[in-house]
Amino acid sequence: MMATYLEFIQQNEERDGVRFSWNLWPSSRLEATRMVVPLACLLTPLKDRPDLPPVQYEPVFCSRPTCKAVLNPLCQVDYQAKLWACNFCFQRNQFPPSYAGISEVNQPAELMPQFSTIEYVVQRGPRSPLIFLYVVDTCLEEDDLQALKESLQMSLSLLPLEALVGLITFGRMVQVHELSCEGISKSYVFRGTKDLTAKQIQDMLGLSKPAMPMQQTRPAQPQEHPFVSSRFLQPIHKIDMTLTDLLGELQRDPWPVTQGKRPLRSTGVALSIAVGLLEGTFPNTGARIMLFTGGPPTQGPGLVVGDELKVPIRSWHDIEKDNARFMKKATKHYEMLANRAATNGHCIDIYACALDQTGLLEMKCCTNLTGGHMVMGDSFNTSLFKQTFQRIFSKDFNGDFRMAFGATLEVKTSRELKVSGAIGPCVSLNMKGPCVSENELGVGGTSQWKICGLDPTSTLGIYFEVVNQHNAPVPQGSRGAIQFVTQYQHSSTLKRIRVTTIARNWADVQSQLQLIEAAFDQEAAAVLMARLGVFRAESEEGPDVLRWLDRQLIRLCQKFGQYNKEDPTSFRLSDAFSLYPQFMFHLRRSPFLQVFNNSPDESSYYRHHFARQDLTQSLIMIQPILYSYSFHGPPEPVLLDSSSILADRILLMDTFFQIVIYLGETIAQWQKAGYQDMPEYENFKHLLQAPLDDAQEILQARFPMPRYVHTEHGGSQARFLLSKVNPSQTHNNLYAWGQETGAPILTDDVSLQVFMDHLKKLAVSSAC
Amino acid sequence: MSQQGYVATPPYSQSQSGIGLSPLHGHYGDPSHAASPPGMMKPVGNLGATAPVVMMSPSPPPPGPHQLGQNGAQASGHSPQRFPGLLPVNSAAPSYAQYQPSTQPSYPSPVSTSSVTHLGSQLSAMHINSYGSGMAPPSQAPPGPPSVASFQGPPRPPQPSVLQPGSQVLPPPPTTLNGPGVSPLSLPAHRQDGLPGLPPLNTQYQPPPPPGPVLGAGYSPQQQAANYGPQMAGAQLSYPGSFPECPAQMAGTPPPPKKLDPDSIPSPIQVIENDRATRGGQVYSTNTRGQVPPLVTTDCVVQDQGNASPRYIRCTTYCFPCTSDMAKQAQIPLAAIIKPFATIPSNETPLYLVNHGENGPVRCNRCKAYMCPFMQFIEGGRRYQCGFCNCVNDVPPFYFQHLDHIGRRLDHYEKPELSLGSYEFVATLDYCRKNKPPNPPAFIFMIDVSYSNIKNGLVKLICEELKTVLEKLPKEEQEETSAIRVGFITYNKVLHFFNVKSNLARPQMMVVTDVGEVFVPLLDGFLVNYQESQSVIHNLLDQIPEIFADSNENETVFAPVIQAGMEALKAAECPGKLYIFHSSLPTAEAPGKLKNRNDKKLLNTDKEKILFQPQTSVYDSLAKDCVAHGCSMTVFLFPSQYVDVASLGLVPQLTGGTLYKYNNFQMHLDSQQFLNDLRNDIEKKIGFDAIMRVRTSTGFRATDFFGGAFMNNTTDVEMAAIDCDKAVTVGFKHDDKLNEDSGALIQCAVLYTTIGGQRRLRIHNLGLNCSSQLADLYNSCETDALINFFAKSAFKAVLHQPLKVIREILVNQTAHMLACYRKNCTNPSAVNQLILPDSMKIFPVYMNCLLKNCVLRSRPEISTDERAYQRQLVMTMGVADSQLFFYPQLLPIHTLDLKSTMLPAAVRCSESRLSEEGIFLLANGLNMFLWLGVSSPPELIQGIFNVPSFAHINTDMTLLPEVGNPHSQQLRMIMNIIQQKKPYSMKLTIVKQREQPEMVFRQFLVEDKGLYGGSSYVDFLCCVHRKISQLLN
Repeated sequence: MMATYLEFIQQNEERDGVRFSWNLWPSSRLEATRMVVPLACLLTPLKDRPDLPPVQYEPVFCSRPTCKAVLNPLCQVDYQAKLWACNFCFQRNQFPPSYAGISEVNQPAELMPQFSTIEYVVQRGPRSPLIFLYVVDTCLEEDDLQALKESLQMSLSLLPLEALVGLITFGRMVQVHELSCEGISKSYVFRGTKDLTAKQIQDMLGLSKPAMPMQQTRPAQPQEHPFVSSRFLQPIHKIDMTLTDLLGELQRDPWPVTQGKRPLRSTGVALSIAVGLLEGTFPNTGARIMLFTGGPPTQGPGLVVGDELKVPIRSWHDIEKDNARFMKKATKHYEMLANRAATNGHCIDIYACALDQTGLLEMKCCTNLTGGHMVMGDSFNTSLFKQTFQRIFSKDFNGDFRMAFGATLEVKTSRELKVSGAIGPCVSLNMKGPCVSENELGVGGTSQWKICGLDPTSTLGIYFEVVNQHNAPVPQGSRGAIQFVTQYQHSSTLKRIRVTTIARNWADVQSQLQLIEAAFDQEAAAVLMARLGVFRAESEEGPDVLRWLDRQLIRLCQKFGQYNKEDPTSFRLSDAFSLYPQFMFHLRRSPFLQVFNNSPDESSYYRHHFARQDLTQSLIMIQPILYSYSFHGPPEPVLLDSSSILADRILLMDTFFQIVIYLGETIAQWQKAGYQDMPEYENFKHLLQAPLDDAQEILQARFPMPRYVHTEHGGSQARFLLSKVNPSQTHNNLYAWGQETGAPILTDDVSLQVFMDHLKKLAVSSAC
Repeated sequence: MSQQGYVATPPYSQSQSGIGLSPLHGHYGDPSHAASPPGMMKPVGNLGATAPVVMMSPSPPPPGPHQLGQNGAQASGHSPQRFPGLLPVNSAAPSYAQYQPSTQPSYPSPVSTSSVTHLGSQLSAMHINSYGSGMAPPSQAPPGPPSVASFQGPPRPPQPSVLQPGSQVLPPPPTTLNGPGVSPLSLPAHRQDGLPGLPPLNTQYQPPPPPGPVLGAGYSPQQQAANYGPQMAGAQLSYPGSFPECPAQMAGTPPPPKKLDPDSIPSPIQVIENDRATRGGQVYSTNTRGQVPPLVTTDCVVQDQGNASPRYIRCTTYCFPCTSDMAKQAQIPLAAIIKPFATIPSNETPLYLVNHGENGPVRCNRCKAYMCPFMQFIEGGRRYQCGFCNCVNDVPPFYFQHLDHIGRRLDHYEKPELSLGSYEFVATLDYCRKNKPPNPPAFIFMIDVSYSNIKNGLVKLICEELKTVLEKLPKEEQEETSAIRVGFITYNKVLHFFNVKSNLARPQMMVVTDVGEVFVPLLDGFLVNYQESQSVIHNLLDQIPEIFADSNENETVFAPVIQAGMEALKAAECPGKLYIFHSSLPTAEAPGKLKNRNDKKLLNTDKEKILFQPQTSVYDSLAKDCVAHGCSMTVFLFPSQYVDVASLGLVPQLTGGTLYKYNNFQMHLDSQQFLNDLRNDIEKKIGFDAIMRVRTSTGFRATDFFGGAFMNNTTDVEMAAIDCDKAVTVGFKHDDKLNEDSGALIQCAVLYTTIGGQRRLRIHNLGLNCSSQLADLYNSCETDALINFFAKSAFKAVLHQPLKVIREILVNQTAHMLACYRKNCTNPSAVNQLILPDSMKIFPVYMNCLLKNCVLRSRPEISTDERAYQRQLVMTMGVADSQLFFYPQLLPIHTLDLKSTMLPAAVRCSESRLSEEGIFLLANGLNMFLWLGVSSPPELIQGIFNVPSFAHINTDMTLLPEVGNPHSQQLRMIMNIIQQKKPYSMKLTIVKQREQPEMVFRQFLVEDKGLYGGSSYVDFLCCVHRKISQLLN
């Protein structure tokens, strides 16, 4: 049974990019709420489907205006009458004329069960170009700027030839470079301190007036492209050389920075101009604004910290004490920009490389609301940045860029269900409708969301509410259905529509609790609950979120544990739930919910990625993976526990953001002694090499590229490992001292054992 | 002084309408005089009503004119033409006070003529007295030696010594028109005759004066003028407003039918030539306190022996009255015209530079005056007494020196600051902004690239020229290259900055569209060393015309351009100068946006002053900011229509810059003039970021300042820059008694930054005499300086007061000054004579020129921009420039001595001096005219123009062809001499006699009646005489 469910879950994930917390759905509202973990799913709208060729026609929609569901395998079809019944609203629809030849043996793909996910290519409409607008900070150290310039020049060769590119540079001033002029390089300059409206920006750039006189003087020239090109955004094939030269000539911001000051950096205005420029020239066209910054905004709207170095940038401590002077105002500024960009379907990436914070806390909404990338590094002159940046332009098996633009995701549910909300890199489109729940979870109150930028791994958590009343049971054997319709601009510039329709059985909780339990996907549930927790943490105090998570966990254990009341020792969880408490334990310790030891920027960075990665990556983030390499056998995963840290082991830990290779004490001594270089100890050499190879494999595949840490017992960087493992041995439980059972951690944090003990006690208690 | 009069309160200006005299008394508060106006007023009023009737009489009696020949014809010849215009004028001028209408009509037509006639006859009657009856008038008619001799009478230079003790009783010093002999009878006779004479005249009025007979044969110009049609007629209409107070007086003056010979009245040319003859080419040593220097028109070598050269400072008088009462009595303005950076000829010693190292200049502890020859060392050299505040200071140890037997320091002749009138100090860091040594200045070139400028090729011309002119940036003499950095901006309704950093392959253009709040988009690479960035700059200058070749932008901004330049200099922390090349009214939406307000309806109203004021306060505050940051601005304007010079020119004026204006610029005609101006301006000697302070000895102080400066307080004259052509006129007032022994001492200190970026102090000292004798004061007057002062004070007052009031004040003050002299310094018995002090002999003619200047004339024919332009020009003029500007140089060319390298002797600026056979060159510092008589000698025409005849001459040229013969060479040499050292390149206009352009030329014949109003010299002199007579009674 279990095996089948695991298979089922895996199969569904591979085919539809969907993982539900529950794979059997409680049939009444009341029972559903008692399940503690909501009915929800992780959806990867553009999951790689090499086996799924897109169909070259458009979907058939249900004719009911409030429904508009897409014809799918769940629909009842009357081949004689050429009618189909919508499985969501039961509307009977005529097939369009092109489906005249339809019959039981001649079915269109969308009616075949294996095409529960299908992708349509829309041939109509204008082909919009891809747009890449580079927004480059010039207040960088010479090395950094040089490295960044090279990366940017390199990127030009990676862009699609027809793509439009633009360049904005900023420091104390903001310069919008005109790319079409010859002989002299020309740019429009804006003061970095003045907030401008979109109208003003367009006026000042001369975009508000269509180039009428030009057209009058040269009427005979037909437009090469159907779109109006702007002086500031030019096709890469035309200005490749110009732009390469321009980037090459970029100088550091020439304004002097006196001692004790930060450079004046007008990030807020630069972004505002970038957004305004695209808004005026290419609304509703896929575009990436790529912000490269090497420090916090220090002037103008969106200022995060003043230019006095003696005043440090806000910390979590300042924020808790309400001492972050500029935070609210800056956040508001960037939110306004993010919303405008999102409205126009433009996404914003932030590549922040600096040793100190750069204001990601304030700017995070730019990436989070538009589906842009957020990359944080120490310097542009690191492989972390260079590789990560290069990966933006990676291509898939078809040779297409792994990026899509301007997507809208629409969710349709059968009548027993409503959608409560979504958590992920999206904004609400505020589409009310019959399937929108009043209870919001995440971004709710709508059945449609906009995702301005997404890639094949972008994953949203979507939360549902069972609305079927207890006294009106669903018919035995009937199924609930959900349809996800994702319309997006493919990197080939064509519009595409991917439709995923899934169905699950309803189950009566009273009689079929066992079945429902078995159909629980604890991994998906953990991630979905974590997303809810992280979503709450953005607006609530940390401790409140932890209390909420704990309460949910206790309730879940009470509901699904097997125990005798008031007897903690009797507590048991079935296999389907067995890992869940452990996930919660690590989640509580994770940087997504704990701000201690993290800067506000780091927290924002971690949360950003957590809210968009797929299930596998999310689980790694929650509970890092630990592999052990030793002479005792082949590499094996081991417990993320201090007891796993042994002297004769090499450990490889993957936390998603970091890859840590840790040499145990003995191994480290051997290495220092140089055994690996002796021919007779070649096996040791191989042992040392094995984790490096494995790490490389991870490094190559992941976006963004993780920080790579190579350390050893006693090394300062060992803290990366020590902070993650379960502190089963600490200075407080001294029985471990002197035994070869692992490394004690100097911490007051509770260990998993203590956590579980408490959990059992509380779960079996009748008090709560 | 009179300055106060202009800004007086309303009650004062109201009183103007009735009695012209009151203002003068008003501001000096002289009770004795103040009492008289009411008394005079009644007769004025009463008589005024009947005046018109009275007036008409003089012209009919034909005997006078005929008898006097040409002069008489001239005078009466005007009347028939003028008369018809009378009524319209009157009705169109409602702003006058009640009873004025009655006086007005009386005045315009007959009055002026008749007054001339009367006075002329009166004066000639006096001549008759002096030279013997019957014989004199005929002999006067042709200009000849006798009259000259009479003016010469007492030779000028020797006088002072003779006159000192009892000048009040002794008549000789002044020049009288009548010569020594006087007619005591004349005035009483007039008065007796005057009133009884009224009724008969009244009756005579009925028939209009017969014009025919009075027109003399020789008076062809007048007829020509009439041919010009309505313009001419209109021009004369303005005359009524000139001296409204005169008619009333005329009423009392009987009309002896005699004429005044123009040759008998003081000739400026004669005065100039005399001074040249007596003092020209000599060494003028400044060792004597209070000595009057040679005229500005006289070439001599100045030797600094303790007082500043007159090239640096000229005073209105070199002997100040001891008391303020005396000053009030004489009403002679006490002022100095200071040109601190005046160019010194190569044969004079340049200024010494004194460097006291870290100690800095030695200064008086109390008044902060700088060490100078006026400091008296005492106590064996341990202390010194300040000549200005009398404070006794310790000599700083580093500066100690023993005294010799006459109490003079042993190093007296080794230290310039002890023995010279002018010298410089190296300033210490205390004298620098933020106590940091200044950066070398920068020049920023800002080119209007709007459609018209591109179209007419101006942008290309400028860009081409900049390539050569930048090679000649001014530099310190010892330096190899100029320290001045340069930057470039182009603009239309947005601004384009250029990065021309030397390491760039090509220039970068940065567009600033936020003209509402303009800023400098780059620092590094904007201001560069020309030599280092030469190739990038040349690349840029080549490209600018190309970049904008397709631009259709017509609108421009202006204030943001200045703002941008100023901000750039501020950001670079250096002083500097903006060169703006601009063409149009800035109508684009931006601060300082202007609208076309060239409203001719405002002329002759109280609101006329608005036309001279800037439209918005934006430019005023910009100017203030510019001065605060050492940013000077020079504008080259190329207007094809109204551009509002009053607004655009404010910043250049207040920041020590220059405004150049080329109306309807045409590439082939005007580029040479423009390029000369540009080259000249860039190469000028100039100081930046200057503060001038004028210190005076106790008893008086500097109160009024006119010039290209900004004043944040009452003492510091702040100038963003000051060049060799800019002068500041400073007015002084008593605040105590002056001592005859110690005199009146002036020290002018200018703290500035050199073109090499050195902070320096330039000191000019001048000692003046003081006297309790009015005659001394009058003897030491300098007419050219007086006119400079009057012009500037009047042109400043233009901003606040109606022109009519200003003109009245000028006339009244003229009369008062002369009346005071007449009353106190001449033989009281000769009360009816017009006796002028020798030093002010030509003051009336110059004053009349000032009154006739288009700034003070409300005429629709003259563009508002031109008036605003001239107003601003004059405000920064030095004495020599203002002298030439108001009394142009008129040189006969047809009589040239081809062997001489000197300029020919000038002739008086009057039509009567021209001849049909002659060729004349006229120059006033802005324009040059070559006037060709209809019968000019063909060989001369051939020589100059290389064409066979008069008819072949193409007047459409601004440069004479280079013809290889002596006539051409000589003429071009003369023109070069005239042009030399003049701040503006003069545009040459070829004028043929009796062709339309002659109208323009005629405006410069300043002794004649003005085309657009303004009386002739003769008329004015008579008017002044009348007023003097009135004052004396």
